[in-house]
Amino acid sequence: MSDHNSNTMNLTLQVWRQKGPNAPGKLETYEAKHVSPDMSFLEMLDEVNETLIKKGVDPIAFDHDCREGICGMCSQVVNGVPHGGQDRTTVCQLHMRSFKDGDTIFIEPWRARAFPVIKDLAVDRSALDTIIQAGGYVSCHTGGVADGNAILIPKPEADYAMDAAECIGCGACVAGCPNGSAMLFTSAKVAQLAVLPQGKAEAATRVNAMTEALKECGFGNCTNHYECQASCPKGINVKFIAKLNREYLKAIAN
Amino acid sequence: MILDGKCPSGPIEKTWDKHRFDLKLVNPANKRKYKVIMVGTGLAGGAAAASLGELGYNVEAFCYQDSPRRAHSIAAQGGINAAKAYPNDGDSIYRLFYDTIKGGDFRAREADVWRLAQVSNNIIDQCVAQGVPFARDYAGYLDNRSFGGAQVSRTFFARGQTGQQLLLGAYSALSRQIKAGSVKMYNRTEMLDLIVIDGVAKGITIRDMVTGEIRAHMGDAVCLATGGYVNVFYLSTNAMGCSVTANWKAHKKGAFFANPCYTQIHPTCIPQTGDHQSKLTLMSESLRNDGRCWVPKKKEDCGKHPNDVPEDDRDYYLERKYPSFGNLAPRDIASRAAKAQCDDGRGVGPGGRGVYLDFATAIKRVSEGTIKERYGNLFEMYEKITDENGYKRPMRMYPAPHYAMGGLWVDYNLMSNVPGLFVLGEANFSVHGANRLGASALMQGLADGYFVIPYTIGGYLAGIKPGDYSLDNPEVKKSIDEVHANIKKMFSLKGKKTVSEIYRALGKVMWENVGMARSAASLKTALAEIPKLRDEFWNNVNITGDGGEFNQQLENAGRVADFLEFAELLSKDALVREESCGGHFRVEHQMPDGEAKRNDADFCHVAAWEFKGVGKEPELHKEPLKFDNVHLAVRSYK
Ligand SMILES: Cc1cc2nc3c(=O)[nH]c(=O)nc-3n(C[C@H](O)[C@H](O)[C@H](O)COP(=O)(O)OP(=O)(O)OC[C@H]3O[C@@H](n4cnc5c(N)ncnc54)[C@H](O)[C@@H]3O)c2cc1C
Ligand code: SF4
Ligand code: FES
Repeated sequence: MSDHNSNTMNLTLQVWRQKGPNAPGKLETYEAKHVSPDMSFLEMLDEVNETLIKKGVDPIAFDHDCREGICGMCSQVVNGVPHGGQDRTTVCQLHMRSFKDGDTIFIEPWRARAFPVIKDLAVDRSALDTIIQAGGYVSCHTGGVADGNAILIPKPEADYAMDAAECIGCGACVAGCPNGSAMLFTSAKVAQLAVLPQGKAEAATRVNAMTEALKECGFGNCTNHYECQASCPKGINVKFIAKLNREYLKAIAN
Repeated sequence: MILDGKCPSGPIEKTWDKHRFDLKLVNPANKRKYKVIMVGTGLAGGAAAASLGELGYNVEAFCYQDSPRRAHSIAAQGGINAAKAYPNDGDSIYRLFYDTIKGGDFRAREADVWRLAQVSNNIIDQCVAQGVPFARDYAGYLDNRSFGGAQVSRTFFARGQTGQQLLLGAYSALSRQIKAGSVKMYNRTEMLDLIVIDGVAKGITIRDMVTGEIRAHMGDAVCLATGGYVNVFYLSTNAMGCSVTANWKAHKKGAFFANPCYTQIHPTCIPQTGDHQSKLTLMSESLRNDGRCWVPKKKEDCGKHPNDVPEDDRDYYLERKYPSFGNLAPRDIASRAAKAQCDDGRGVGPGGRGVYLDFATAIKRVSEGTIKERYGNLFEMYEKITDENGYKRPMRMYPAPHYAMGGLWVDYNLMSNVPGLFVLGEANFSVHGANRLGASALMQGLADGYFVIPYTIGGYLAGIKPGDYSLDNPEVKKSIDEVHANIKKMFSLKGKKTVSEIYRALGKVMWENVGMARSAASLKTALAEIPKLRDEFWNNVNITGDGGEFNQQLENAGRVADFLEFAELLSKDALVREESCGGHFRVEHQMPDGEAKRNDADFCHVAAWEFKGVGKEPELHKEPLKFDNVHLAVRSYK
């Protein structure tokens, strides 16, 4: 057998409960008993929900799907930090071994003007889709495009684009930002497409349209707190925000 | 009934081109009069919705997540195949076609597979044009790697997140059409029924997962691109919300379900740690390019730290059994081999259900830095879950349910036997036969979405009058009433079991009896247990809250209820198929050395099942398979 820790722990949870977008919400206290350190954070919540259902209490609603850190669906502020604050880790990948017996854990939804609460810990992030719809694409048609090797892309540029493209669209950057800005999210897409030859033709219209959408959706301004990068489970770098600003200046200069 | 796949005849290289030419076209000015319902916006549905919208059709698209960008295609790690032959290593469309037919253990249609191989190259070009950041070499050319079951390097990749990048490409194309108004997107919306009017698919009934509203959406054609069903095993590499629901509802409305027993068990997943486990995480099989699988030769070494087991006492079982493919043996073979070592008492880790995947040799050969560059994110993911460092000690792996080769039956045009109902991506049964090769599902999803359905749906729509449906049709009300009644019934039970308890019990029955190895006895056990669990569900389940709100328990209950019916069909199909082929392994049918033994005389056909009622005997229809181009031969990877 492997040398895994088999000591279970007992925890106290303070969980945000809110019936709907317009209902008042408050923190409720629940006990999580016999939690294995090998459990993921969401599996711990599953177990708590099972006990709630048995008691006839409505279980805690929370968004999740892949549970492997890639779909961007999970979204919880744990002890005041989006995704719980472990380096490059979504809350679904957070494991209970990073807590200890007797801990009290606060669990809240993303809080931002652009993300209304749907229920409990689930929020509406459709504003992020709206930003992409504003211009986060290359306007190519299906079919009739050039061979994949027709335009060479130097490795550093391909790697830069990939670094930006790793964004999972979770919105933790917004939740972590004191202004509720979605600048990191937006800049990642702008930077990815601006560095690739395929995206260059539309670079100016794209950055204009996407920053315009940012404002319309009710996101705040970026005032360089860099809390976004600290909250981001994919390590998206604030250098992309600088890139967006450069692209923006270029666009309005033309 | 003998089914006809409507495959074009003539020389295989010409089939798709000729068929495309023969298909009727919809006049461009008329396209916007046709409404297409697209259920699912993963790789297949997202690509299809975008392409159809771009062509000018009026598309309504649906997904159950809060954004199309979150479909489970996002989780694919390893890569996507194409017959570009950039590395000049002997690849060709013909070879990709050949490998897919052979890899599928001769249980797929030749013409469909040919088309897939043919359009594979267009997919790469399309994705590059969209800005998908595929890996490049220092000269700026697209990079390739080899992937399970292939002896050429034809796999394109974007670090360890190929599926994510391809999906985001399709999502961007889809977003562009949403903005343009040609596609209307409905997020957090689940299809709960298919509406069939006079034998033709004309709409769906959905539940708005935020408000709980039940309503119908009608269209000239309905496409299902709703992914795979291996969550029938409860624990799998699929996302929590993946289900058979859309497919199953369509099946209950007349669509035939083909080859449900063809399920793929992936050899390299992180082993389960306890009963709390909610899903299993895959480690891309690209790891097998550099990792070597082994278990201790002696049982008494299994408890030791792996680095303390001397080289001579390690059994590199894949290299030993399959010298020419070694660690790259196809998935079904690698999975069964891992199980065999563990069954022999030489497994490692919790419960002795694990084998080692060791990178020490590769690190010595190319350096830790290179391995990190190739698989860094996978090693990170492994460490997060297991708290172990894969560079310092071998990873532990165990097979897990991963992919569904079976799905709704479709003809060459991707249309089911219900006219107007098309099925795309993992949801259909078409090209992978009894076993899918690595990096071929992404290829299929995008082939169906970008390059097949835009042509074939036109052929259908050109023959019908647009807008020939109405919300006032009695079938619509009937469907909505049924969905309401089903939900009401679930809430009324107020039993003692949670949905998860019953779901876990189903998973256990399925994994133990219908998993990696199946026998007549185990399948009969499953067929006896499943109806009991179904009864338990419908008498003793407890769901709190109500239907008119955001209610995740209700969502889950609906999906589990469908799995409880579908599981029976899967087991039945496995029982009737008296042979071993690809991912379907019947212990009664094996070679003396334990390899799968096909029975081409009796089973060289697609098994397509017709629904006759819950708990009633379904009717089997067969579509015979012909092999004119690839010689029907014993699949050997020795
Ligand atoms: C962990 C993992 C790794 C993989 N790695 C690879 C790889 O490296 N290479 C490869 O080729 N393949 C890989 N695969 C397989 C491949 O990713 C999938 O087969 C493929 O992406 C499926 O695409 P799809 O569009 O058919 O379905 P999905 O991407 O699953 O999309 C299904 C869509 O249907 C929607 N939906 C489902 N049910 C309903 C409903 N009832 N109502 C409304 N909407 C619904 C969902 O919201 C979603 O939009 C991997 C799979 C997994 C799980
Ligand atoms: S930038 Fe980071 S935190 Fe923001 S949406 Fe993307 S992945 Fe999430
Ligand atoms: S559930 Fe998908 S990233 Fe957490």
